[in-house]
Amino acid sequence: MLTRFFLMGLDKKAGVLLTVLAVLAVAVPVMALGTAPDSPWHLSTHTVALLGKYLCFALLALSLDLVWGFVGILSLGHAAFFTLGGYAMGMYLMRQIGSRGVYGNADLPDFMVFLNWTELPWYWHGFDQFWFAAIMVMLVPGLLAFAFGWFAFRSRVTGVYLSIITQAMTFALMLAFFRNDMGLGGNNGLTDFKEILGFDIQAASTRVGLFVATVVALAAGYILASAVVASKLGKVLIAVRDAESRVRFLGYETDRYKLFAWTLSACMAGVAGALYVPQVGIINPSEFSPASSIEAVIWVAVGGRGTLAGPVLGAVLVNFGKSYFTAALPELWLFALGGLFVLVTLFLPKGILGLAAQLRDRLPARATVTAKPADQKGV
Amino acid sequence: MSTEDTLLYLDGVSVSFDGFRALNSLSLVIEPGEMRAIIGPNGAGKTTMMDVITGKTRPDTGTILFEGRTDLTSLREPAIANLGIGRKFQRPTVFEMHTVWDNLELSLKAPRRPLKTLTYSATREDRARIEEILDITRLSPRRDRPAGSLSHGEKQWLEIGMLLAQDPKLLLVDEPVAGMTDAETEQTAHLLKDIAGKHSVIVVEHDMVFVRELGVKVTVLHEGSVLAEGSLDTVSANKQVIDVYLGR
Repeated sequence: MLTRFFLMGLDKKAGVLLTVLAVLAVAVPVMALGTAPDSPWHLSTHTVALLGKYLCFALLALSLDLVWGFVGILSLGHAAFFTLGGYAMGMYLMRQIGSRGVYGNADLPDFMVFLNWTELPWYWHGFDQFWFAAIMVMLVPGLLAFAFGWFAFRSRVTGVYLSIITQAMTFALMLAFFRNDMGLGGNNGLTDFKEILGFDIQAASTRVGLFVATVVALAAGYILASAVVASKLGKVLIAVRDAESRVRFLGYETDRYKLFAWTLSACMAGVAGALYVPQVGIINPSEFSPASSIEAVIWVAVGGRGTLAGPVLGAVLVNFGKSYFTAALPELWLFALGGLFVLVTLFLPKGILGLAAQLRDRLPARATVTAKPADQKGV
Repeated sequence: MSTEDTLLYLDGVSVSFDGFRALNSLSLVIEPGEMRAIIGPNGAGKTTMMDVITGKTRPDTGTILFEGRTDLTSLREPAIANLGIGRKFQRPTVFEMHTVWDNLELSLKAPRRPLKTLTYSATREDRARIEEILDITRLSPRRDRPAGSLSHGEKQWLEIGMLLAQDPKLLLVDEPVAGMTDAETEQTAHLLKDIAGKHSVIVVEHDMVFVRELGVKVTVLHEGSVLAEGSLDTVSANKQVIDVYLGR
């Protein structure tokens, strides 16, 4: 029953994506650990972490596509959920430092010692346990999304107004987390991590392990999102996107459907953030900045909104471009990103995947009226 | 007849928008199984009446009872829909990205809660019912087409089919033949007459030929209240109705 539920969303696109992920999960460990450092096939720890970072962004893009592509909620604050998940993981990693910090205090993280705090704030309790942190990674973004969505959807805030308040939400969080009183490291954030689950966080093998965990999380997120989208619930979500009031008159409480997708998406974004932090080694309030959320929107738009696989591709490609540009032509990156967004909006309204579908349709010269990206097969 | 025997009971319902009285102490009674045609010039309050019954608009004053006991004025749209009131919009509103089949499946009477729809899979009865509705609405050959690719008339029928799938006790149908050819209009009249009997139907329509085709009791609305009620011939002979329709 459950297996059937998870399998029903899988189509050809999913097959390709999952195969690529499976190949990565095998090839990257082999290339990073099984080759000599001077071999042309060798992947440095730095490259592994970079690839891992791309895949974390891909999971964030996937979660954003679930709400933007399928429910029509353009979130300009999705990085908030990502960052909260990241902080939950960061808090666990801080507690693992123990007495190895600069001040050698076994009970308090360095920044608290620096602020002359004498005891651990209540909300830090439990974060020394991995299982607790792992739950919080999803629970904290999930609860915030639930509370936010509850009020926003019940009050029937939609469209650009909703986008603006999501942006306000992430901005407010950024300001809050910048404060030292917040007890989360202020503008320095959380960093100097030593180990995760007892493994040295700098070690090549740990980096490879984190990469594989990210691949697994992305694959699981993709399978879950495809199953949700292919279910009758997913059809209701698309119907809400296209004609919400009609759905209400059919007897569906559309608020609850939106809340379900929104909260699920926030939990997925939280997981992405949690995997991101140990791989980049730091989490600070700048991740909450509106620009981070807007970048995520661009990844989805470039890859193809409402296609699930497209945003994964878009996130990887755009971030690859970003890595290249910021190294080669750093002053041009923002222009390139802005230009990309304009080009995609003007010429590729359905993104790369939509373009691929259009080219495929044009070959046999089929006259279908709607070349829709997310092809929901009936029975 | 007492209130309990009615399917829909409106008494003294008034709605104002920025000082404009869209409904002015409107009173109307629909019996179970009845089909009623509502006519009236533009701005007579026909669509607003549909809005207050289905929960889209809250009346300022007045009582709306469904089946003589449920007060509709305090409920939201989905709750009212689930009581058994279905609505067809003036402009055909179908889910264009979904196939005809999926449009019907979404409308089909089934649990409406998110977790139920997440695990839903169509039963044999569900599929049989959808097939049946596809036949009634003559959309069988179009079942796998996206609803957005249907012609205007086909969309109207699909929407009526969606209402049938909902299996409501009361159907509110807003201008079902607007923009249809004569042949389509005639077919639609047949379709609605088939539906009546098992369901109560309120049809709002401008097209007098179509109303005559239906052959049911007619209510004439004017400036938000009932001007006349009776058979089409009776109301057509009413002097006030003639004045309103033909101008003074």
